[in-house]
Amino acid sequence: MPAAIVTEHLTKDYRVGFWRPRPYRALDDLSLTVEPGEVFGFLGPNGAGKTTTLKLLMQLVFPTAGRAEILGRPVGDPAVKRRIGYLAEHPYFYDYLTAEELLGYFGGLFGYSGADRTRRVARLLDEVEIGAERRLQLRKFSKGMIQRVGLAQALINDPEVIFLDEPMSGLDPLGRRDVRALILRLREEGRTVFFSSHILADAEALCSRAAILAKGRLVASGSLSEMLAFQVRGWEAVVEQLPSESLPRLEATARRVQRIAEGRYSLEFPPEPPPEQVLPSLLSAGGRLVSVMPLRQTLEDFFVERVGSADWDRMGQ
Amino acid sequence: MLATILRIGVNVFRESVRDKVLYNLVFFALLLIGASLLISQLSAGQEVKIIKDLGLASISMFGLFIAVFIGIGLVSKEVERRSIYALLSKPITRAQLIVGKYLGLVLTLAVNVGIMTVALYLVLAWMNWQTSPAVRETWEAPALDPALLKAIALLFVQLMVVTAIAVVFSTFSSAILSAALTFGLYVVGHFNADLRNFENVLDSRVAAWTARALYYVLPNLAPLDVKTMVVHGQYVSPAYVAVTTAHALTYIAALLVLATWIFSRRDFK
Ligand SMILES: Nc1ncnc2c1ncn2[C@@H]1O[C@H](COP(=O)(O)OP(=O)(O)OP(=O)(O)O)[C@@H](O)[C@H]1O
Ligand SMILES: [Mg+2]
Repeated sequence: MPAAIVTEHLTKDYRVGFWRPRPYRALDDLSLTVEPGEVFGFLGPNGAGKTTTLKLLMQLVFPTAGRAEILGRPVGDPAVKRRIGYLAEHPYFYDYLTAEELLGYFGGLFGYSGADRTRRVARLLDEVEIGAERRLQLRKFSKGMIQRVGLAQALINDPEVIFLDEPMSGLDPLGRRDVRALILRLREEGRTVFFSSHILADAEALCSRAAILAKGRLVASGSLSEMLAFQVRGWEAVVEQLPSESLPRLEATARRVQRIAEGRYSLEFPPEPPPEQVLPSLLSAGGRLVSVMPLRQTLEDFFVERVGSADWDRMGQ
Repeated sequence: MLATILRIGVNVFRESVRDKVLYNLVFFALLLIGASLLISQLSAGQEVKIIKDLGLASISMFGLFIAVFIGIGLVSKEVERRSIYALLSKPITRAQLIVGKYLGLVLTLAVNVGIMTVALYLVLAWMNWQTSPAVRETWEAPALDPALLKAIALLFVQLMVVTAIAVVFSTFSSAILSAALTFGLYVVGHFNADLRNFENVLDSRVAAWTARALYYVLPNLAPLDVKTMVVHGQYVSPAYVAVTTAHALTYIAALLVLATWIFSRRDFK
């Protein structure tokens, strides 16, 4: 079975500047393999080149160098497009169509017709929880509703490989939860999902493997637990009803102590020793634990650490 | 393959049917055709000719507006609004997209030209009924002259050429620039035949060859305009209609190949 997605030395330069266009390297020598059935997270801060990579895979832009394959065939092959789905970043669809008509139109392009098509459209709209609004023109849809329609249209052909560019963007917390559930269901069905995000929590909740991109370059890839093991920077606890005699001991162990209200404190500790060792003795004289939370690097921190803050001058070459 | 093209075309038709601009244009065209009835009253003896002149001019002008204003947005709007991302991820080729868009607008034009034609014939029928047989005898051509359809058919072919030009421009430039360029070529297209004469008076070989090259590259729209002949009751042979149509269709095919060639190389960023 061929890999779901392969890129080899994929590189893209955009020409920037009106009078004297210079190449600007948005993606630099990306080599990746995604196996069938994986949920693969494509992570990176803003401007990392995630959208550029997805557009290259959809052949919306052509590579400056390198190549890409989906399901063992070159990208852009109509036979491949029958077997994939794609949701663009900040999608826009024809606002003169209703949600139903849009999905019907796209379904028609896959050759579905009649009752089969009607059934598919209805099932997908149910799945993304677009109710009676499906008969409204898309110009009347909110951003989050458009995003849901976008997810539905990406699944119209029961795709084997699904590309999602920031599928959670524009969704409320409930919507994000629904999308997570949807992605997990797709994985259970044995489909491959390749999604981009700059939110680490999304990736942690979903991915088997991930790649981290920064400034157009791959900085890390592999299983998430390996990549992020060293990432815990410490932990934070909130306690209340703390007797004042505990304070000196607190100040000795905690990295930071901040009083929120009478007897209520926010505390920050280094990674070692772990909270399960520190907290019992701390609260022995009384007090109630409100919350404990690991403090983690953001993706931004991770990338600064790995890439170094020294900017390579990519504009120059 | 063909089914894909037709689906894309039908969607273009659906888009334009839901567009207010189209209704405004058709409304004004019908208004003008209706108003020709009043205007014709001002010129005794010439009524029918004036109605035909104004009617054909309206069809030509409003058809041109529809072809240009919808045509320039056909592809460029998809690119600017980024709806093309989802569309191109479906199993279609960029060539199918271009041809489908084109045929969709041609279908829209056909329906609109059809409506305007019916309106024109209704006005003419009214005129015919109002006029005494003695006066009818003096007309160069009967009011309900079927030859009008030849003029309208060629007008429609002309609009098909203009649409193809608009599509070519809209594959690489913005809507406003495309509109300007398309209108420009429409005007040039009416004087293109003069380049042929120009060639004979030029001394320089280079200039003569340039004139000839331009003659072939630029659209040649004047032969597709037989309004005046038909209104004056002059005979337009079916062979002439067939040959000019065939010529125009070849030109359209070349334009669509060019549009596809440009479009297939484009980055959508
Ligand atoms: N059309 C374009 N012309 C010039 N530069 C571009 C173009 N599109 C993207 N870029 C540049 O390429 C780089 C990568 O952009 P890209 O959109 O791929 O980032 P991203 O990882 O998707 O970011 P985000 O998380 O903000 O969506 C950026 O520096 C961006 O400025
Ligand atoms: Mg992006």
